[in-house]
Amino acid sequence: MALFKNKNKINEAVPSDNTSVVVEKPESRLKVMWDTLKLNKAAVAGMVVIIIFLFLAVFGDLLAPWDPEYSNMSLAFIPPCADHWFGTDQLGRDIFSRVLSGTKVSLFVGLAAVAYSLIIGTILGSIAGYFGGKTDLIIMRCMDIMLSIPSILLAITLMAALGKGLDKAIIAIGTVSIPEYARIVRSSILSVKENDYVAAAKVIGNSDSRIIFVHILPNVISSIVVRATLGISTAILDTAALGFLGMGVQPPMAEWGDMLGRARSYIFSAPYTLIFPGIMITIAVLAFNLFGDGLRDALDPKERV
Amino acid sequence: MSEEKKEVLLEVKNLKKYFTLESDIFGRPKTVLKAVDDVSFKIYKGEAFGLVGESGCGKSTIGKMLVDLYKPTSGEIIYDGVNLAALPERQRRKYCKDIQLIFQDPYASLNPRKTIGDIIAEPIRINKLLPEDKIEDRVNYLLDCVGLANHQRNRYPHEFSGGQRQRVGIARALAVEPKLIVCDEPVSALDVSIQAQVLNLLDELKDEFGLTYLFIAHGLNVVKHISDRVGVMYLGKLMEIAGKSEIYDDPLNPYTQALLSAIPSVDIKHKKKRIILSGDVPTPINPPKGCRFCSRCFDKCENCDTVEPELKDVGGGHFVACHHFDDK
Repeated sequence: MALFKNKNKINEAVPSDNTSVVVEKPESRLKVMWDTLKLNKAAVAGMVVIIIFLFLAVFGDLLAPWDPEYSNMSLAFIPPCADHWFGTDQLGRDIFSRVLSGTKVSLFVGLAAVAYSLIIGTILGSIAGYFGGKTDLIIMRCMDIMLSIPSILLAITLMAALGKGLDKAIIAIGTVSIPEYARIVRSSILSVKENDYVAAAKVIGNSDSRIIFVHILPNVISSIVVRATLGISTAILDTAALGFLGMGVQPPMAEWGDMLGRARSYIFSAPYTLIFPGIMITIAVLAFNLFGDGLRDALDPKERV
Repeated sequence: MSEEKKEVLLEVKNLKKYFTLESDIFGRPKTVLKAVDDVSFKIYKGEAFGLVGESGCGKSTIGKMLVDLYKPTSGEIIYDGVNLAALPERQRRKYCKDIQLIFQDPYASLNPRKTIGDIIAEPIRINKLLPEDKIEDRVNYLLDCVGLANHQRNRYPHEFSGGQRQRVGIARALAVEPKLIVCDEPVSALDVSIQAQVLNLLDELKDEFGLTYLFIAHGLNVVKHISDRVGVMYLGKLMEIAGKSEIYDDPLNPYTQALLSAIPSVDIKHKKKRIILSGDVPTPINPPKGCRFCSRCFDKCENCDTVEPELKDVGGGHFVACHHFDDK
């Protein structure tokens, strides 16, 4: 016993590296995250594209060379040329202008629907996963009931009940994907909550809600972020499906998915009516996915180089 | 060691914790695991009470009940004249700053997304013990107390070794200035050279802060360094409680004797007689009827299979649960 009782204990415990005796300055978490994100080229590319899209969403209408909602049947189906870069559609509207104008609708619907289902799904999933038992049983069985109905059918039913309009479409599309988020969050929480640091958080007097939001959720955020970025693309496509069925965006308003749906019959005769809105959706989805991937790595301090 | 003069800090009375493993369709328990079955003991102020026993005997469960990670099935935990086991959630939480826990696994007990400075500051913030501008000094002081350099406070747990992480865990427990610290096998996950350092650190902190420890370990040798009194558990029951010297020099319960004989010795001149127990530990789902140890005991009498021995005082604060001491 006495053998170990030396006064040098403190110096022994800390490997004294003379190089970093200076107190390390506290770095803000956002800055650290940003530094990590910067190293990921694909994520930066995704972010640049998202910024461009956001710019188009705000100024798209001003940049459009033609009125996106003006139709002139005599100008229908003009292939891409100098006047109409992306050609014109079946009603003679300029596709380039419509694609620009549709950016704000598609992005808004995608982000809003995902935000809505993410928030509700995360709350429900956290409660179910953290408290377990009967609470878990009731919440998750309700989610199972929602999942047992095909999502587009459920969305149509909701639209029928709520009425037409973009805001209603967001609620319908958001609601049908709540169960997915709830399940992902619940399973992540189940795996994290058994960790000793969650027990430690309880021992030092944290309330249940603080344990969930401060100690558990930041540790499961990566799976949620990845799912949410994919969810934005799903939401954009769901909006298109509803638009195709005449329930989403109301004509003559431009929206990528809606344009895709309405041009479906001309896929062989005038492929450019589909290709350009389709490319825009693909680029948007890809950008969100790349950015989400990079964000996941940046949010995980262990990945830091 | 005059027991009468000492002030009781915490008393555990008839504490039980049953885990329901299976229930029938009406939700009534069918298979019950008796992790802790009717345990009573006292912890005196300023002492280190060691709790030993093999894996699965319920010692960690007792520790977790003291810090409210498990709710006792029945029984009392009396601290400061209040029965903590009967308090509603909100009032129970107020006592968390008096009783703290040091975890076994330093790799799992620190949130990987928080810097160690945040981890140590959090208990102070939550319990509103200090104004925000004084917290940093306090964290630096605590880091200094546990032997970590305060320039490391903005690092994340994965940047530290096991021993350093355990020091962070100790600092977190100290942050709320607790009266009692439950050390749940704090060194069993560390390698031997670090074990000694951490044990010595705990010993020094005890004197410095006037702490009381409930020290849980699965071997008597670790407890020997730090404890004043030792309780020996087997299958959810306390078999023997005694002062350190009595336990080590004059173990009364056959189980304690067997446990002591298992400590490896470096003294080849006085080779101890090794008691080899036969059989395995019975399952706590269906423990033996009489004495818990009767199925493996080498010194069994006829009562042992049927009558459960009580924990009795055999003089000088030495308690033992064994029929051989019934008449004393």
